[in-house]
Amino acid sequence: MTAVTPAPPSTAVRPAPAGTVPPGRPGGRSRLRTVAGFAFGAALLFAVAPLVLSDFRLALLAKYLCVAMVAVGIGIAWGRGGMLTLGQGVFFGLGGYAMAMHLKLADAGPGGMPDFMQLYGQLDELPLWWRPFASPWFALPATVLLPMAVAFGLGSLVFRRRVRGAYFAILSQALAAAMVILLIGQQGTTGGTNGLTDIKGFFGYDLDDPVNQRMVYFIIAGTLLALLALTRQLIHSRYGELLVAVRDGEERVRFLGYDPASVKLVAYVVAAGMAGLAGALFVPAVGIISPALIGIVPSIEFVIGVAVGGRATLLGPVLGAVAVAWARTALSERFPGTWTYLQGLLFVVVVAFLPGGLASLWALARRRDGGEPPPRRGWLSLGRRRAERTEVPAA
Amino acid sequence: MTVLFGQLFTGISIGAVLLLIALGLALTFGQMNVINMAHGEFIMAGAYTTYVLQQSITGAGLSLAVALPVAFVVAGTMGVLLEVLLIRRLYARPLDTLLVTWGVSLMLQQLARDVFGSPNVQTRAPELLTGNVALPGGLTIANNRLFILALALAAVAALTLALRLTPLGRRIRAVVQNRDLAAVSGIATARVDRTTFFVGSGLAGLAGVALTLLGPIGPTMGTNLIIDAFLVVVVGGIGQLKGSVIVAFALGVLQATGEYLTTLSVAKVIVFVAIVAFLQWRPQGLFTLRTRSLA
Repeated sequence: MTAVTPAPPSTAVRPAPAGTVPPGRPGGRSRLRTVAGFAFGAALLFAVAPLVLSDFRLALLAKYLCVAMVAVGIGIAWGRGGMLTLGQGVFFGLGGYAMAMHLKLADAGPGGMPDFMQLYGQLDELPLWWRPFASPWFALPATVLLPMAVAFGLGSLVFRRRVRGAYFAILSQALAAAMVILLIGQQGTTGGTNGLTDIKGFFGYDLDDPVNQRMVYFIIAGTLLALLALTRQLIHSRYGELLVAVRDGEERVRFLGYDPASVKLVAYVVAAGMAGLAGALFVPAVGIISPALIGIVPSIEFVIGVAVGGRATLLGPVLGAVAVAWARTALSERFPGTWTYLQGLLFVVVVAFLPGGLASLWALARRRDGGEPPPRRGWLSLGRRRAERTEVPAA
Repeated sequence: MTVLFGQLFTGISIGAVLLLIALGLALTFGQMNVINMAHGEFIMAGAYTTYVLQQSITGAGLSLAVALPVAFVVAGTMGVLLEVLLIRRLYARPLDTLLVTWGVSLMLQQLARDVFGSPNVQTRAPELLTGNVALPGGLTIANNRLFILALALAAVAALTLALRLTPLGRRIRAVVQNRDLAAVSGIATARVDRTTFFVGSGLAGLAGVALTLLGPIGPTMGTNLIIDAFLVVVVGGIGQLKGSVIVAFALGVLQATGEYLTTLSVAKVIVFVAIVAFLQWRPQGLFTLRTRSLA
């Protein structure tokens, strides 16, 4: 019953309109524009923001940028790959906890152990699985590799058996639920509901010092830019085209001789790695990681920013995530109830009536300027996601 | 032996709650391929209906008896509204429906908070349902759990009979099996969809009434239940009910046993791993309609 709805044949291969750069092939002008865009973004993040914003606002921005990193990953997995992952909080949490465990152990000093363990767990010595995290050479790679390994494990089991669509979304959400319950249940060794709090140092730097907070912000901003560059390369590569093809017609890709499961798996694992990195950097920026930050609700909130910005675009998820996180802080402090309504409304309005996100408005305006005919089905169309379909260019 | 039986019954009773919630989902997910995240809030609506009715009807037993049909209609009406206003427009995009209905569920939760307050409220249980039934051999079974089990089984029986014997049931089965063929055969599929949504959401309302017997009710009571219920539907296979029935009880027993042998948190993880392992064997669920479609 979950039939792949075949697109009408007339739209399957549409020759690119004359005079435009075919999608996915960075031509000379497009590459120049990208470099200029990156330079502009870097200037904004590295020069303007630190000058204009207070220390408090800058710390908030650092937090938003971490959320944006998760959003970039969701943009790849969901926007480009069609896999709605409602459990990115798990990977964010794995990265965050790995980093926080290391920082807690570093705070406690050699041979010491985090304070909460005696408090809740009545433990006399460090649990075995905490020990490797004392070494930065283990903990730092683990923040990225651990989430990727979990994603690989789940993804390779699930995608090979062609579990997809809503089934996959439900499973990923159940993973988030199970992870949170496990963390809360093992209070003696994980800190339970409180999570790992009160992190003071970051590789020898005191996190209470505003200068060091600023340094953490710069690390986060730089990482985000690097991830964006990586993502751009990825979605413009042959692999990126294949991923979109799998999204739009998995069976067709299979019949062409590719293995859709592997294609999806790569995107899912990359997204998990990005979420893990984001979690790891979130910890020094905010000083806490807890189950409340990674459960079902935050996991699905990661998705809304992506939907608002434009799920299948490069910058859409980043801008959307930052905008939603900013609106949340601005509104929820003053009118907590109103924010919940607004957030619900955002989900409904954006996803139902503007599936391409705000980026599709921009694309529409550009198309109007260029004098090209508007798309046959209006951009407000409630039917199939026509506007997002990108055709694989003829090789 | 006593312990074993006790655990078994706990599991069956968890399964009965899951089943009541999952029945409605199995209907709507199976027929329309739509993930309704607001289903949990329809449960909440059913529970609060009981609470409101108890403000005016003093007899706990009578209010419960009245609450069952009223909650069915209240939740069912909410479901139809949701279907007509939003879901109907999104049938081609099931994943987006999931996000849209999540937004609706957020708004409904906040609405409940504004109307009834954030703290949980308590309803009165009828005296008949507060005691225990003593069985030979020193075993006891809580009356309220027994009532929920009976309610769940009655719902399954009623639904099965309705699907088998009534003209509406025949139309629903036709649409589930082949929507296009049903449409060209003269079945008004849109109307059938709306009816199914009414019944499915109404069942969530019934589940809400049942849950008032087990504990306090609050605005977020649906969120945690809904995921387990979706897992039941996914593992049971869509398009029929027997899979959901079997899997609901199986998951309930697995959860209870795991909880008894280890802890609640580890039991949840065991259940999740078991589900992923099961989907390796049967990716489409326990029972599935045989179709020629590729998906």
